[in-house]
Amino acid sequence: MVTAWETAAAVLDPELPMLTIADLGILRDVQEDGGTVTVMITPTYSGCPAMREISADVRRRLERAGFAPVTVRTQLAPAWSSDWITEEGQRKLAAAGIAPPSPAPRRTGPVPVTLGPRPAPSCPRCGSPRTRHTAEFGATACKSLHRCDHCGEPFEAVKPL
Amino acid sequence: MSTEHDNPYDLLGTDHDEGHRWAFGTGFTDPLEGVDTSVPAGLDAGALARYCLALGDDALIYSHRLQQWVTRMPELEEETAIANIALDLLGQARMLLARAGGILGQTEDQLAFFRAEGDFRNVRLAEYEDRDFAELAGRLLIFSAWRLALFQELSAATDPVLAAIAAKGVNELTYHRDYAAQWVVRLGDGTALSRERMQIALQALWPLVGELFRPDEDALAAVEPGVVDAVLDSVLAAAGLDRPDAAPLAAVGGRAGRDGVHTEAMGYILAELQSVARAYPDATW
Repeated sequence: MVTAWETAAAVLDPELPMLTIADLGILRDVQEDGGTVTVMITPTYSGCPAMREISADVRRRLERAGFAPVTVRTQLAPAWSSDWITEEGQRKLAAAGIAPPSPAPRRTGPVPVTLGPRPAPSCPRCGSPRTRHTAEFGATACKSLHRCDHCGEPFEAVKPL
Repeated sequence: MSTEHDNPYDLLGTDHDEGHRWAFGTGFTDPLEGVDTSVPAGLDAGALARYCLALGDDALIYSHRLQQWVTRMPELEEETAIANIALDLLGQARMLLARAGGILGQTEDQLAFFRAEGDFRNVRLAEYEDRDFAELAGRLLIFSAWRLALFQELSAATDPVLAAIAAKGVNELTYHRDYAAQWVVRLGDGTALSRERMQIALQALWPLVGELFRPDEDALAAVEPGVVDAVLDSVLAAAGLDRPDAAPLAAVGGRAGRDGVHTEAMGYILAELQSVARAYPDATW
């Protein structure tokens, strides 16, 4: 018997399709009450355009697995952090050539301005720590662009948030 | 059609069961779907709606201004950066307009597309038209430094929905402010010409700063000008730029952006932003 959590957790993220929404840490809670299922998901970034698709996928998968009615709710607090990507998720990212995020900064008080380069992620292809930032913003809100000085390959990294 | 995607491009341009398409078009769901949007006891719902509208309008109008730069940026990486920043702000705008609209009995689309200029509450800095890349960098620095400081305060606001939107926004605005600060330093500390143009840009933008700190009786948090000044001064010092000495842009009869009094630029923005929705109010695509 597959549980509602397992069913919802198998939904893939449309922007990072090597990850499930559980790997990404955006599946926050699944509550079963009789046949009724309530799923809580949280957006990575405020403007994430994939939330609606993810929500529809979760509902469709659960209904196909025999759960009904299904309610998918948005949970805004606490805000998603890249630290919520699971170890399994980090392995899948690296295997797909995307550097997993470095730990997100934990701050109290005013946020300092960063004028220099951020700590560089190691190259997900050759493992070299000698990499450089090419752009802080990439093809999706959650990724930055980098190049490895050792193997010369460009790569993406999930930004610490 | 399978909606369990092996690759994200499967989704683009494909009709789904609701008849809408992913990533563009109509048919968006409420960004606050499933969020408890009851107004806490003791809070003035009308004031909360007005305040969320003001913060949402800042993000909506500024996002539109940034979107106008897309296809016009000097390099692809900067184009991507500006599009990402505009998307983050549009996301913030949607949640804030939805928060206001939930109280006012209107949808986010009604608020964005069917209000008149005098009903928009954004600060005039948001509607300013950047004349060059130096103005874009300088304006983004001022706007994001102010909004980041404000959203940090709002993360503890008495309205939990606004507090959650703000806390999430802080993380995004940190990236926006760093991006802008790094460009201001690069231009200010670059060639004689880039420094001169960055200084001219700051001089042009500075009159719009004072309005950010006007008292607002609806506000659930306030930022001391000194907090934002400290950030701006640190960036200007690293850039070797002078802090401009410019009188604030005057209010009109004591009224400014928050009161619906805007500069000439605002009419042109709304004409572009709203014309399709007004011409085809029931269109879906």
